[in-house]
Amino acid sequence: MELLILIFLPLVGAIATALFAKQNTAKVAALAFSIFSLAVAIGLLCKFTPDASTQFSVNYQWIRQLGINFHVGIDGISMITVLLTNVLTPLIILASYKHEYKNANAFYALILFMQAGLLLVFTALDAFLFYIGWEAALIPIYFICATWGGKDRIKVNMKFFVYTIAGSLFMLLGIIYLYLQNPANNFELAEFYKLELDSTQQGWIFWAFFIAFAIKMPIFPFHTWQPDTYTTAPTPGTMLLSGIMLKMGIYGVIRWLLPVVPHGVQDWSCVVMLLAVIGVVYAAIIAFMQKDAKRLVAYSSISHVGLIAAGIFTLSHQGLQGSMVQMLSHGINVIGLFFVLDIVQSRLGTNKVDELGGLAKVAPQLAITFLIILLGTVALPGTNGFIGEFLLLMSVYNYHAWLGAVAGLTIIFGAVYMFRSYQKIMLGETNALTASFKDINGTEKVVLYTICALIIVIGVYPKPLLQISDASVQHLLEQINHKLTGVN
Amino acid sequence: MNIIITIAVTALVVLYAGLFKAKKALLPLTLLGLLVSLGFAICSWNQPTVHFGMMQIDNFALAFAGISIIGTFLIFLLTQRYFAENSPNVAEYFTLILFALCGIVIMVSYKNLSMLFIGVEIMSVCLYILAGIRKLNFASNEASLKYFLMGAFSTGFLLFGIALIYGATGSFDIDVIQNVLVNNVSNVSPLFYPGIILMMVGLCFKVGAAPFHFWTPDVYEGAPSLITAFMSTVVKTAGFAAFLRLFAGAFEPLHDFWMPALMVIVIITLCLGNITALYQKNFKRMLAYSSISHAGYLLFSLVVLTASSASNVLVYAAAYTFASIVAFAVLINVKQKTGSDDIESFNGLAKRNPLAALALTIAMLSLAGIPLTAGFIGKYVMFLNVLENYQIILVVIAILNALVGFYYYFRVIIAVYFKEGKEIELDTPMQYKVVLVVSTIVILLLGVYPSLILNLI
Repeated sequence: MELLILIFLPLVGAIATALFAKQNTAKVAALAFSIFSLAVAIGLLCKFTPDASTQFSVNYQWIRQLGINFHVGIDGISMITVLLTNVLTPLIILASYKHEYKNANAFYALILFMQAGLLLVFTALDAFLFYIGWEAALIPIYFICATWGGKDRIKVNMKFFVYTIAGSLFMLLGIIYLYLQNPANNFELAEFYKLELDSTQQGWIFWAFFIAFAIKMPIFPFHTWQPDTYTTAPTPGTMLLSGIMLKMGIYGVIRWLLPVVPHGVQDWSCVVMLLAVIGVVYAAIIAFMQKDAKRLVAYSSISHVGLIAAGIFTLSHQGLQGSMVQMLSHGINVIGLFFVLDIVQSRLGTNKVDELGGLAKVAPQLAITFLIILLGTVALPGTNGFIGEFLLLMSVYNYHAWLGAVAGLTIIFGAVYMFRSYQKIMLGETNALTASFKDINGTEKVVLYTICALIIVIGVYPKPLLQISDASVQHLLEQINHKLTGVN
Repeated sequence: MNIIITIAVTALVVLYAGLFKAKKALLPLTLLGLLVSLGFAICSWNQPTVHFGMMQIDNFALAFAGISIIGTFLIFLLTQRYFAENSPNVAEYFTLILFALCGIVIMVSYKNLSMLFIGVEIMSVCLYILAGIRKLNFASNEASLKYFLMGAFSTGFLLFGIALIYGATGSFDIDVIQNVLVNNVSNVSPLFYPGIILMMVGLCFKVGAAPFHFWTPDVYEGAPSLITAFMSTVVKTAGFAAFLRLFAGAFEPLHDFWMPALMVIVIITLCLGNITALYQKNFKRMLAYSSISHAGYLLFSLVVLTASSASNVLVYAAAYTFASIVAFAVLINVKQKTGSDDIESFNGLAKRNPLAALALTIAMLSLAGIPLTAGFIGKYVMFLNVLENYQIILVVIAILNALVGFYYYFRVIIAVYFKEGKEIELDTPMQYKVVLVVSTIVILLLGVYPSLILNLI
C-alpha cells in the first residue's frame, strides 16, 4: 500500500500542479509534493529489512485478457534507485528555483510525471509494467527538453527521442517473445527467471534488451544522442537525464537482463565489456578536448557510466555492489556539477572555460562546494565516488587485468580534465566578465550544501548504503550461477 | 435489422425536414436516430440472429456497427457550422452520410456475398457524391471523379471474384462456401483461387491498402475535410470488418494460399504509407498516407489468423477512429481561421488553444502508438498476434515503420508546441470541445484500461 502511495503521489502531484497551480506557485507545489514523496521513501527505508526478499509488494490484475498485472515491489536493488529518484527530484526542483520558466505549471507537472514513470520502472515486477514506466518516463523528458531547451532543441530532441524509442521497441519485442515462451502466460519477473531458453534464443533476447539499455545509459557506440541533448536541455532536464534517467538503463541490465538470459550475458559479456571500456577511454579523451564545460560533464558522464556497465558485466559481487553505490554517487555528483555550471551560466551567460577565470576570488563558497563535488567525481578517497569506483575497478581487474588497467585510466583522465577545467573556471585572475560575479545564496546554498554533505557522508561511512543492496545482489548472483550451472 | 431500419428512416426524415426548410431540426433528428440505433445495437448484444439467410447480426457485426455509429455520431457533432458554410443543401449531406452508414451496417453483418456487394455499393455511391459535393470546387470534383472511377473498377473486381466463387461452390452464402472448402480442401475447383485473389484486390481497394491505394491521397485531400474524416475512420473500419468476415471466416481453410499474397500487400502498405507520409507538408495528405500505413497494421490480423483476430481489429479500429476524429476536428477548426491545411498552419497552436493542442497531441501520440494511449494497445495486440506465430521478420518491419511513424506524428506535435506561428485564436464551438474531450478521454481510457474492449467479440 505504501508503495502505491509512493508511485502515485508524484502523479497526483503532476495533475494537481498542471491544473491548479499558478505561474508563481507551481514550483512551491512541485517541491512540496517531491519532499512529501521523499518522506514516503524514507518511511519505506525505515521499514525495509535488508535481506534478499521483495518487500511492500502490491499485485493487482490490470489487463486480464493479456495477462498483465500491476505488480510492484522493492528489494535492495530497487531501494537504492528509489532513494536516488526521491532524493534527487526535490534537489532538482529546488535547483530550478531561481529560473522563471514560461508555463511553469506544465514544466513542474512534467517533472513530477517523469518521477512517477521512473519509480514505476524501478519497482515494476511485471515486464509490461516496466515497459509502460520506461516510456512514461521518456515522454515528459522529451517535452521538457524540447519546450524549454536551448538552440536546436527540436532537432536534437527528435534524435534523442527516435533513438531511445527505437531501442525500447526492440525491448518490447523481446518482452513479447519472453511472454510467449512463458507457460504461465504472464509477464511476471519471477516467471521469466524460471524460463529455460537455449543459448541462441538468449543471444537474441540479450541484444533486444541490451540495445535499449545501452542507448539509455549510453554505452559507446550508442551515445551519439547524449552530448547534444544534455547541452541543449534546460538544466533541470539535464539533471533528470543524467542523474536519474540513465540509471534506468543500468537498473534494467541488473534486473531484467542478467537473471533472465544469463547465458546470453555470458556469451556476449566480452563484447559489452570491450565496448564499455572503449567508451570509458574514448569519452574521457573527448571530454578532455571540450571547450564548453557542460559538454565536458556530458562526456565525463559517458565515461563514468561505461565503467559502471563494465563492472556489472563482470557478474561479480564487487562489480554489482560497486555499480549500486556508484549509481547513487554519480547521480548526486553529476547534478551537483550541472548545477554549478547552471549558476555560472545564468550569471555570466557562458560555460566556455576559456572565457571564465578567477571565480574563487569573488565566490569562495561556490569554489569550495564545486571543489567537493569535483573531488567526489574524480573519486578521491573519503568522497562518495571512491567506494563505487574502487569496487568497480577491482571487479574489472579481476575479470581481465589489462581491461582493468585501461579502465583504470578513467581515474587519471577524469582527474586531469576535471581539475583542468576547475583551474580555468575558478582559479587565476578575474577578467572583465567574471569580476562582478556574485557568490551563491538562498536556495543555491541549500542545494549545494546538501549535495556536499551527501558526498562526504556517503564517502566516509558507506556501510549502511552497501548493506541495503548487499543481500539482494548476493541473491541475484546465486540465481544467475544456478541457472548457468544448472542448464546448458 | 432494427439498426438498419432506424438509420434508413432517419435518413428519409432528415431529407424531408430539409425539404421543408427545417434546418435547425436536422442535427438533433440525426443524432437522435443514431442514438436509437446504437441503443438497438446494445440491446441485441449476445442475441445473434439471422435475417432471411442474408444478414447475420452477431456480436462481431454489432461491435463494428457500434463503433461505426459512434464514429458517425461524433462526426455529425462537428457538422454544426461546417456544412452550412460549404453548401446550401445541408440536408443532402446528412442524408447521404446516413445512407452510407446503412451500407456500412450491411457490410459488417452480411452472410451472403450479394449482401456484401449491395452494402459496398450503397456506401460507395453515397461517398462518390459526398466527395464531390462542393460543386464549384475543382479539387472536390477531381476527388469525386477519381474516387468514382477507381471505386467502380474495384467493385468490378469484387463482383468478378464473387461470380467465380459462385461458380466454384454454387452458393453465395459464406457458411456454405466455408463448408465446401472444409470438406474438400485439397480438391477445390480451380475457379476458386482467382476468385479469392480478385475479391482480395477489390477489398484492398476499398480499405486503401497498397498497391491499390492510389486514389486515397487525392480523394482525401480533395473531399471536404469532414467527409474525409468519415471516409478514413468509419468507412475504413467497415471495410476491415467486411474483409475479416470473409477471409477469417469463409476463406479461412485456404489461409495458406492467400496469406503470402496478403503478406506482400501488408509489407508494401506499411513501408509505402509511412515513408510517403514522411514527406507530406499537407496535414490531410499526411493523414491519408498514415491511414494507408494503419491499414497495413490492421491487415496483420489477417496474416496470422487466431481466435482474437477480430477483437484485435476492433481495438485497433477503435483507437484509430477516435484519434483520427480528433485530428480532423482540430484541422477543420484551424482551417476555418487560417484557410490552409498544411502542417505549418498548426504552428503556435498551443499558446492560444491549449485544449485543442493537448487533444491533438494525445491523438498523435495514440496514432504513433505511445503507451497509455489506445493506439499502443492496438499495435501491441497486433504485434503479439503476429509474434505468436513466429513471423518475427514481419514484426521487425512493423517496428521500423512505427519508428518512421513517430517521426511524422511528432512533426505535428512540434508544430503545435515548439514552433512560433501566427497566434491564431480559434473560436471553438461547444460541440467541437465535446468531441475533443470525449475522444481524448476514450483514447486514454482504452489505453489505461483496455479490458473494456479486449475480447469483446
